[in-house]
Amino acid sequence: MSETQQTKIQVRGLSKVFGNQPKKGLELRDQGLTRSQIHEKTGQTLGLSNITFDVMEGELLVIMGLSGSGKSTLIRCLNRLIEPTEGDIVIDGENIPKLSDKELLECRRRHFSMVFQHFALFPHRSVQLNAEYGLEIRGVDKAERAQKAREALKQVGLDGWEDSLPSQLSGGMQQRVGLARALANDSTVLLMDEAFSALDPLIRKDMQQELLELQSRMKKTTIFITHDLDEAINIADRIILLKDGEIVQSGTPEEILTHPADDYVARFVESVDMSRILSARHAMRPVRATARDDDGPRTVLHKLSENGLDSIYVTDRERRLLGLIEVDAADQAARDGKQNLDGLIHNDFPRVGPDEPLHNLFAMFCDKSYPIAVVDDDQRLLGVVVKGAVLAELAEAGAH
Amino acid sequence: MAIDIPRIPLGDWIEGGLDFLTSNYSIVTRGISEVTQAWINVLNDALMWLPEWGLMAIIALLCWRVGGIRLGIGAVVGLALIWNLGLWIPMIETLTLVVIATLVAIVIALPVGIAAALSDKLYGLIMPVLDFMQTMPAFVYLIPAIPFFGIGAVSAIFATVIFSMPPAIRFTTLGIRQVPKDLIEAADAFGSTRSQKLFKVQLPLSLPTVMAGINQTIMLALSMVVIAAMIGADGLGSEVWKAIQRLRPGEGFEAGIAVVILAMLLDRLTQSFRRTKKAQ
Repeated sequence: MSETQQTKIQVRGLSKVFGNQPKKGLELRDQGLTRSQIHEKTGQTLGLSNITFDVMEGELLVIMGLSGSGKSTLIRCLNRLIEPTEGDIVIDGENIPKLSDKELLECRRRHFSMVFQHFALFPHRSVQLNAEYGLEIRGVDKAERAQKAREALKQVGLDGWEDSLPSQLSGGMQQRVGLARALANDSTVLLMDEAFSALDPLIRKDMQQELLELQSRMKKTTIFITHDLDEAINIADRIILLKDGEIVQSGTPEEILTHPADDYVARFVESVDMSRILSARHAMRPVRATARDDDGPRTVLHKLSENGLDSIYVTDRERRLLGLIEVDAADQAARDGKQNLDGLIHNDFPRVGPDEPLHNLFAMFCDKSYPIAVVDDDQRLLGVVVKGAVLAELAEAGAH
Repeated sequence: MAIDIPRIPLGDWIEGGLDFLTSNYSIVTRGISEVTQAWINVLNDALMWLPEWGLMAIIALLCWRVGGIRLGIGAVVGLALIWNLGLWIPMIETLTLVVIATLVAIVIALPVGIAAALSDKLYGLIMPVLDFMQTMPAFVYLIPAIPFFGIGAVSAIFATVIFSMPPAIRFTTLGIRQVPKDLIEAADAFGSTRSQKLFKVQLPLSLPTVMAGINQTIMLALSMVVIAAMIGADGLGSEVWKAIQRLRPGEGFEAGIAVVILAMLLDRLTQSFRRTKKAQ
């Protein structure tokens, strides 16, 4: 995500009306009628209304919504399995709705591979021949497509199953074939339509992890449809939330979770276990006082009593965290007349990075009564997490 | 009190139409007739050139390979009985008519069935025609066949093709329409052309259903070929016909049993083809 990103697909003002008078439907929408009013009046169903978004090169974009929200329609409009009523879909300079049949065929072959909810494998073809399908219809020669299909099957962990029929495989394995079929094609965009929704929960988690691994290797532009927020959070670089054919909110998983745009999003969010999503950064408080490594014991004692603390973090000039000093140790050293902090600093306390999920912090609170220090990659002290703050943050996020 | 409504001369119209066809297209019908007759002769001669035991061995072997040992033995026993009853030659004649009529029916039915599956308009047009073809009493087809093709085997094949074709069309259409929508979507999504979709996805997946239709067509063809004895087609049907005219129930049943044996063999054979295709 850090490298500069180019836009891969631009969707502008995309609408879809199902019915025999689509223009009429759009007219009424422009007059401000709602989806159900339009349906009542004309029998036209407004499937998508004025959808605008960008897909970045290499990102994993999740389009999420409940059934009937239009997410399946949206993904099918992209490769025109469903004809959009109006709007532009520009991929690498080509405006898809304007393409002729022949150009569309070419565009689908070059740009889009699709993975389907119910796998949609060809039952009369072996696993190998399923994976070869996209290349076969493009006229790639036999040896090359066999090679590419084998590589794709290997990537999804199906080497050795080439000659089996899809019906001989479990659901999870069948969807790996579906994924291999899409990967072998070497298209620029991967469309995944509820790809993991038909799998049982454990397999589903595995597949999500594998998709992330594949994604980290291949950086393929992926549009993933799901109705499951947990899944979306788990895999998405960015999420677009769809409701009644319109975009309700888009943003990173964190943005959506912490600032749901409206009740609809909030209801979605409630179902997520927030402690897995929020990280130490969210519950972190600034440190009230720190000691420097060139302070003497008396200075430290002063800072402790001033702030009502019984222990204090010690940093160097660059705010790099060196350790912790207890009030008892500082008091003893002052009485002994020591001039520096040598031997007083200990490191027997937890420290975490700012992206550590809150979920993982609970266990740390159990062992020790110390707060948790949050440090960046250079060990600079960013803040501190106390037990109460974690719970408060969770409660607040849940109440949105 | 009966009101005197003039009778609609439906029959006259049809006859007029048929007369027009026979007098103006006789070159076409005669051409078809000659070509078909030539085919019939070739196949007939080929099957009869083989010694009885030779053909028996070939059929039995085929039955065994495709349908298992029981079907193989059944073929031997059944064919031996036909041979023994002296019905070998009529059986060959009937088989020839069935094979040729079925081939013609399939050659017409497959493209029509595919077209009807892919176009809703054509589907709406063809289905009533099929209903008509199937429900019209089979004998009726025999009457116009004679002016077109004269008495004999070619007329029999004409009537048989019309009578036996509908199931092959129906099942082909059904088979293609039954291909799951998501598979069609997958084929489209990867950028298949219409013909790639048809030959790589729709047809292979509808094959079992298409084979069921062909099985039905063969069975109907056999029943029609027997009836076609009434317009002078040789074969087992004409043996039955002769027995009726001479009031010889024994001979009639013998020929009838030969038809049953042939029907069972053809049926089991085509069904086994279907199963092995499915099992692959």
